[in-house]
Amino acid sequence: MEFSTDGGPIEVLTSIDLEVADGEFVCILGPSGCGKSTLLNIVGGFLAATSGKVLIDGQAVTGPDPRRIFVFQERGVFPWLTVEGNVAFGLFRLDAAERAERIAHYVKLVGLSGFENAYPQELSGGMKQRLEVARALAVNPDVLFLDEPFGALDSITRLVMRSELLRIRRAEKKTILFVTHDIDESVQLADRVVVMSTRPATIRRIVDIEMPHPRDLSSPRYIELRDLLLGEIGLAHKI
Amino acid sequence: MKRLLPFSAVAALIAVWFLAARTQTSGLFPNPLQVLFGLVELLQRGLLAKYVVASLYRVSWGYLLAVVTAIPLGLFLGWYRRGEQALNPLLQLLRPISPLAWIPISILWFGVGDMAAIFLIFLASFLPLAVASMNAVRSVPPTLLRAGRNFGLSNLRILTNVILPASLPQLIVALRISLGVAWLVVVAAEMIAVNSGLGFLIVDARNAGNRYDLVVAGMVMIGLIGLVLDVSIRQLEKMQALRWGYGS
Repeated sequence: MEFSTDGGPIEVLTSIDLEVADGEFVCILGPSGCGKSTLLNIVGGFLAATSGKVLIDGQAVTGPDPRRIFVFQERGVFPWLTVEGNVAFGLFRLDAAERAERIAHYVKLVGLSGFENAYPQELSGGMKQRLEVARALAVNPDVLFLDEPFGALDSITRLVMRSELLRIRRAEKKTILFVTHDIDESVQLADRVVVMSTRPATIRRIVDIEMPHPRDLSSPRYIELRDLLLGEIGLAHKI
Repeated sequence: MKRLLPFSAVAALIAVWFLAARTQTSGLFPNPLQVLFGLVELLQRGLLAKYVVASLYRVSWGYLLAVVTAIPLGLFLGWYRRGEQALNPLLQLLRPISPLAWIPISILWFGVGDMAAIFLIFLASFLPLAVASMNAVRSVPPTLLRAGRNFGLSNLRILTNVILPASLPQLIVALRISLGVAWLVVVAAEMIAVNSGLGFLIVDARNAGNRYDLVVAGMVMIGLIGLVLDVSIRQLEKMQALRWGYGS
């Protein structure tokens, strides 16, 4: 993948070869500015790769698709719609009864019951993020793309949201591609962590996190995996 | 107490006005009481209602025509980069020309009458509305547009379900500002292009025997109606689905 800029083309991603299985939770981990969001945008169909292709279920990706929904940082919800309105946003093809049923189901699933008629500005950052996840899940996509979704949250809310995401994932088995620069986050969440290099980014290593959920954050295995990733990113273990 | 403050300011103004009227020597400058009598006289002669209706009629038509043409054009220009590149320089060239500079042209085209005034009001509201709608569309956060595309919305649905609601807070501010401008311009237009309305009242009262009490009575009415227009359009900003756009 190349971007043309005033200073000539910049190669952002090069020779990326990654296969993700159905229902897998894959974290793409890399330093800021390495191009991991660019990769996600290409996979999601928002950017066309300068070379190479993306196949999902054998079909080439040509553009964004409601079967694969992006979740951004909390700014992605529609501020002029209520919680219900936001969840209903992608459901315009359904009849009213089915729409109401889906809204009720997903509002409850993400723990926003009682806030159906609240506007996003009345919600906390974590609640807005839940709302965005509910809006994404409501259209029953096969794949979720999460681009540093918890990056704007405080660290406590972030931890809560991670376990919430895992809880939701147990309820709704989706394939998840999750971009983050947070090593702990990737070890806590992913089935596999794809470690990216700096620009032009390529896959340095793919690490299987074979630990079952819930994961013990002080277990020797967790710390071992975290240290392995720290090493891969090229950071010394001490600050 | 807070609610009383604006009224005390008005009361202070009236007091100063009384004193100022007493000190002047020409005898032309009216005091507030004379203006009040002037208003009563206009009311009794049936002129007040007639002129207010005439002015509001012109403002309504000119403004509504501008709203229904400028907002779609602005949305279109904000949405299609090419269109903006083609037309924006023209808009920016026309914008600094005061609507009043169009008075001769407007009389040439439409003659003396309602149409000339309506055209001027249309021009005065059209340009700020078109530019504001264009900017409103361009400042719609890209994440929201992407979300719209991601959920498979058609271009039309993106316009009605994302772009329009996202730009509405800015559009309403533009509507309010351009209504204010329209009200300013109707008075000026009526001074030259027509034979009725509050603007006409002001020039006519001066020309026909220096009736400054009626001049100021006209000014007071203009101010009061302008205030009512502004307060009414501000009610829009209080809508629940818009509040996000105006901070907290």
